[in-house]
Amino acid sequence: MATFKDFRNDVKPNWCPGCGDFSVQAAIQRAAANVGLEPHQLAVISGIGCSGRISGYIHSYGFHGIHGRALPIAQGVKMANRDLTVIAAGGDGDGFAIGMGHTIHAIRRNIDITYIVMDNQIYGLTKGQTSPRSDVGFKTKSTPQGSVEPALSIMEMALSAGATFVAQSFSSDLKELTHLIEEAIKHKGFSLINVFSPCVTYNKVNTYDWFKEHLTNLSTIDEYDPSDRTMAMQTLMKHKGLVTGLIYQNKEQKSYQDLIHGYSETPLVHANLQLSREKFDELVAEFM
Amino acid sequence: MVSQLSWKVGGQQGEGIESTGEIFSIALNRLGYYLYGYRHFSSRIKGGHTNNKIRVSTTQVRSVADDLDILVAFDQESIDFNFHELRDGGVVIADAKFNPVIPEGSHVTLYAVPFTDIATNLGTSLMKNMVAVGASSAVLGLDINVFQEVVEGIFGRKGQQVVEKNMEAIRAGAQFMKEQLGENLQLMKLDQADGKKRMYMIGNDAIALGALAGGARFMAAYPITPASEIMEYLIKKLPALGGTVIQTEDEIAACTMAIGANYAGVRTLTASAGPGLSLMMEAIGLSGITETPLVIVDTQRGGPSTGLPTKQEQSDLMAMIYGTHGEIPKIVMAPSTVQEAFYDMVEAFNLAEEYQCPVIVLSDLQLSLGKQTVEPLEYEKIQIRRGKLVADELPPLANKENFKRYEITDDGISPRVLPGMINGIHHVTGVEHAETGKPSEVASNRNAQMDKRLRKLKQLKFQTPVHKNAKHEEADVLLVGFNSTRGAIEEAMERLERDGLKVNHAHVRLIHPFPTDEMLPLVQKAKKVIVVEHNATGQLANLLKMNVGHAEKISSILKYDGNPFLPNEVYTKSKELL
Repeated sequence: MATFKDFRNDVKPNWCPGCGDFSVQAAIQRAAANVGLEPHQLAVISGIGCSGRISGYIHSYGFHGIHGRALPIAQGVKMANRDLTVIAAGGDGDGFAIGMGHTIHAIRRNIDITYIVMDNQIYGLTKGQTSPRSDVGFKTKSTPQGSVEPALSIMEMALSAGATFVAQSFSSDLKELTHLIEEAIKHKGFSLINVFSPCVTYNKVNTYDWFKEHLTNLSTIDEYDPSDRTMAMQTLMKHKGLVTGLIYQNKEQKSYQDLIHGYSETPLVHANLQLSREKFDELVAEFM
Repeated sequence: MVSQLSWKVGGQQGEGIESTGEIFSIALNRLGYYLYGYRHFSSRIKGGHTNNKIRVSTTQVRSVADDLDILVAFDQESIDFNFHELRDGGVVIADAKFNPVIPEGSHVTLYAVPFTDIATNLGTSLMKNMVAVGASSAVLGLDINVFQEVVEGIFGRKGQQVVEKNMEAIRAGAQFMKEQLGENLQLMKLDQADGKKRMYMIGNDAIALGALAGGARFMAAYPITPASEIMEYLIKKLPALGGTVIQTEDEIAACTMAIGANYAGVRTLTASAGPGLSLMMEAIGLSGITETPLVIVDTQRGGPSTGLPTKQEQSDLMAMIYGTHGEIPKIVMAPSTVQEAFYDMVEAFNLAEEYQCPVIVLSDLQLSLGKQTVEPLEYEKIQIRRGKLVADELPPLANKENFKRYEITDDGISPRVLPGMINGIHHVTGVEHAETGKPSEVASNRNAQMDKRLRKLKQLKFQTPVHKNAKHEEADVLLVGFNSTRGAIEEAMERLERDGLKVNHAHVRLIHPFPTDEMLPLVQKAKKVIVVEHNATGQLANLLKMNVGHAEKISSILKYDGNPFLPNEVYTKSKELL
């Protein structure tokens, strides 16, 4: 059986020392091993940005696509081969700015994949511009007077869009993050994990210390019930979205693949490409 | 007796005009006539003039007719809008209910037939289109019994009584018309057809059927005119084969989802029109640099922007060849008949996997939505070729080295493994990469990978890159076109030849890489080259000049008003240029 070391490769990440994404990488590797995957059974599909490079830093199948489109690519991969474990990953710009349309629709479509967002509230690879997760007043190269647009409440958005698995974590808490990724992989449907992954170079406000001070772990809230959507929404609003842990999970809802009519139970990639003579004649006759 | 004629039905959109044309043409198809149907419609659901023009012939026809023999009108607007098309001696069959009038002094005969009254007396005014079908049949001298099977096919589910009522309406229409025609009964009687069974379908049906035959088991698409019929057909048929269609949130998702599924080994397509293709451009580049097979159908319509969304145009040509930033290998093919659309789709999936690149199947509104009689499709011609897809077990990789998915090879094509395969792990990225797929900006690697990718299509084998009808060693003129203009050009050519001119015809079927070797001798043998195309800037003509030269010989006949070329237009304008 594979261990987390089997998911390591020899590529040195081009992330800055101290970047939160290192922990996310480690957590994915650990979670993959912990749920019993072999490297060839995992496909990591990522977007563009610092964090988008992650698919190249894990020893598994990896597809590093175009900006904002990790999710449609990942959904295509899963539809083609439902036996693969598919993890999509990218940054907050990738998922919540350029790719927001896909994020909302992937959530409501509920194909059985896991989406991990490394949320640093800034554009890093382009050297420090505002992101849809930046707070009001946040000064960047593109908002020298401070951002006037409110940050997206991403977890609330996910709940509104009909998410069946919503979690949030902090890259300093490797143990919790690994556990949440395991649960997300096991979840039958679309799972979203937003990870606060500080940018040590361009975000001098939302630092490790800042998060330690502001985050509330859901385990500290008495009788928090992740199957209660109303409670999830209320808790998020009360804490301005700054909570970590499993926020909401609907275990009853079937995934897209289990709901659509006729979709093959064996991976579609193994389907016979040749139409039978009989089938061909039947299709042709309909036009006569 | 006549061997061919042109019939049109017109009325308000949403009034059953479509079904009138449908029933009439299915019956004619069953009798063995060759048909060509073209709809005029607007970008709205109810109201607005719509018409369906159907050409009937005892031989193959692939163009809208120059004029009109019979116009069936459900309102005065249909007469006013279409009257100019009627030839001298033509007839208008109109619902008596709206007191139809035709211009004074014309050589057209008006028959006012109480479509609505006859239908109402038989039970419901909804059957007025059946009365019109019956009246039309009387003019053509058709045996009414042919409609029995057609009507049963459509209304059988609603019970025998409904079938009988509709048949009665057809008979009543025919009877009324016969009495009106009197001694003119024989004027437009059609020669008997051969009675052979043939398919009658729109290009989009053939594209979708071709995709199924070509092994496509998944489609991701976003609705758009004139491409939606492709996804609508496939969502009906794919579940029986284990596959499905996902209607995505936009065309970017459609294209990238198709890339994901192709990467994972399922033959997947997307289909759209110009606006959607514009959105897919970045993803097309991703397919190119990651060498992921991809099949895209572009059903061209009037551009730019929303342009003329329900009208004919061929102005996406350059965008399809050059679209996406950077340089990639890409194949652009252009079927010119419904039959070719079927076979081209099968081939598109083969080429996409063999050359590991995007393949665009270019259609246009007239080909996609025009309905043609199709000679039998041959099952034996369908082959599946998957190129260098590795099917065997792979040897272990040394020390977690990646599989060399982008190995430099003589032909530029590298072995392709699918995610899930043991010992096949590699990286895929839109960033320039080394043989293992890992990102690399090293100059020598960049050159090696660019050259490798662009080398792939040097050996492209394409069965018929140019459809040629070129019997003259020395031609007065070479007519050139692509996609649906084939029929109009062929008919214009016949007329020009009748005038004593030596005419060759080349219809370009492989747009990119351009078939220079095929086109050059044809251009050299012609005194003049006329390129016929539906755009304002002469895109195919420019392409021809760029690849073949001889710019001094090449001139254009252009049309971009939204309507398909008529044979007579191509004929007349060619005469002006010669």
